[in-house]
Amino acid sequence: MTAETSLEAKTAVSASEPASSDVVMEHALERPLATSAEVDTPSSEVVVFRDKPLELDCGQQLLPFQVAYCTYGTLNAERTNAILVCHALTGDQYVASRNPVTGKPGWWEIMIGPGKPIDTDRYFVICVNILGGCLGSTGPASTNPATGRPWGLDFPVITIGDMVKAQARLIDHLGIEKLFSVIGGSMGGMQVLEWASRYKQRVFSAMPIATAPWHSAQNIAFHEVGRQAVMADPAWSGGRYIEAGTVPRRGLAVARMAAHITYLSEEALERKFGRSLQNRVAKTFSFSADFQVESYLRHQGSTFVDRFDANSYLYITRAMDYFDLAADAGGKLAKGFEGTQTRFCVVSFTSDWLYPTRESREIVQALNAVAANVSFVEVESDKGHDAFLLDEPELFATVRGFLGAAAKKRGLAA
Amino acid sequence: MLARDDTAHRQLPHRVDHLLIADMVAHGARVLDVGCGDGALLELLGERKQVDGRGIEVTREKVNACVARGLSVIQGDADRDLDKYPDKAFDYAILSLTIQATRRPKPVLENLLRIGRHAIVSFPNFGHWWIRSQLLVTGRMPETANLPEPWYDSPDAHLCTIRDFVDLCRLVDARVESKVTFNASGRQLGTWLPLTLHNLLGEKAVFLLTRR
Repeated sequence: MTAETSLEAKTAVSASEPASSDVVMEHALERPLATSAEVDTPSSEVVVFRDKPLELDCGQQLLPFQVAYCTYGTLNAERTNAILVCHALTGDQYVASRNPVTGKPGWWEIMIGPGKPIDTDRYFVICVNILGGCLGSTGPASTNPATGRPWGLDFPVITIGDMVKAQARLIDHLGIEKLFSVIGGSMGGMQVLEWASRYKQRVFSAMPIATAPWHSAQNIAFHEVGRQAVMADPAWSGGRYIEAGTVPRRGLAVARMAAHITYLSEEALERKFGRSLQNRVAKTFSFSADFQVESYLRHQGSTFVDRFDANSYLYITRAMDYFDLAADAGGKLAKGFEGTQTRFCVVSFTSDWLYPTRESREIVQALNAVAANVSFVEVESDKGHDAFLLDEPELFATVRGFLGAAAKKRGLAA
Repeated sequence: MLARDDTAHRQLPHRVDHLLIADMVAHGARVLDVGCGDGALLELLGERKQVDGRGIEVTREKVNACVARGLSVIQGDADRDLDKYPDKAFDYAILSLTIQATRRPKPVLENLLRIGRHAIVSFPNFGHWWIRSQLLVTGRMPETANLPEPWYDSPDAHLCTIRDFVDLCRLVDARVESKVTFNASGRQLGTWLPLTLHNLLGEKAVFLLTRR
């Protein structure tokens, strides 16, 4: 469910019909819009699991549940060339193809495609919309089969582990025993670590990028600001905004604006905007967006609302906050990797203060402690956390080199 | 890009100490190269002995270049990061022309002997006759092809002679399984020569050690 269409829908409804709450409610339940339809019936591939429930970390079971995904390239006959790409907080399965909601190219097309570092001529790439997401995998915007209404806050609180368990079910479904590689940045990197720790035999190589083995107090704090912004918006309606026919636009936009600052670096903000004014020659002595940086953030906030579900944002940030691989391993991170045969390549960025290099180093040291095969690259960049999504030649060379060497070991044809 | 770098690399002649180390390492061994630089030794060991090789290197650019060439290398520091490795995690822990640049060579060597079933250490010999004569004649810190920087700019904070190193081995309970010294033209000195002559004529030395 994306807010863009909800907003259009709302306008359409109020223009053509009396704004009775019945009409709004009916409209919300029918979900007549193309983008709302992405929630339950995505444009991408989707598998509905009806046999075995997903056992969630909170103790609840989820059944049925569905997993939406995209694939690129061809799975070889031995089924040994599959790469699972895990997306970040607000990403989706459209990693290297047009996003049906925004109409924009895939979020990592710079990395994935024929001849690119993750070469789809050579590898079979799978990208899964995470559990709790809003573009086709089961999440709070999906229809709760028990009630016929959107889950809303009745949706169980999920974890990174639950997301990975759901992905594993899809990988089973695709008949793949062992993934050649699991790759992801930020929250995608958390999933990579979870995969490597939980399913050691099923991961030949792993690339956690710009990530951390646990969410820091600072990161939890930022997320809490975002969640409170969403929930403080009256339009959030206690989480039942879909049925209420409203969208917590303001709250979600503020959450995104605050979060977006954390994805950049002071240096990048300074270089990009400085104190420049937005389309004006002097200060207006008002609260309109005088500064370019304000205008930029407002734009980031409003476009985000057009493509993301507010409750999904709450659930996914919560899952990230709960992530602590060391705690899961009894307090010692290295224990989580004991016995691993996986080849690792950990990547961080010099200006990333959200997931700083020292947190990647924690991962590396834990892997060293179990004598794992690990590479660690710190890429020099002033672009902050977002650098992993951008044109960073050093990152590309690292991905290419690491995958190439791993492919040789795995016996994949060049 | 990978292929081009590989080729470019192979055109360089191998370092003599690297070739000697490659002779000492068993086929298919697990190897940690501490201070692996541009990864030349790891690549040589991979080609000739099919080792499962890892590297630690302090310079970020070199690390990134190694990983881009497909080597398993992390950015790290011999003084700080060896503590984290478990006992006997590797068959060989190697320190090639690096020990003299560490802050505390003794704990580094002890860690090497703990992490590896064997330790291999190569180092420039400060007891070489040319260095001795330079110091004697000029009264200044020698500058040679191996020690090109002036003393205040040199990363080599802990230079030692072959005799000093033998003493250190005794101190940390390391057994010298073999030692090879060679002169400036890369020619090995006869193993039958007394230590005094190795220390005088050897420009560099390679030691294969185990913990007693």
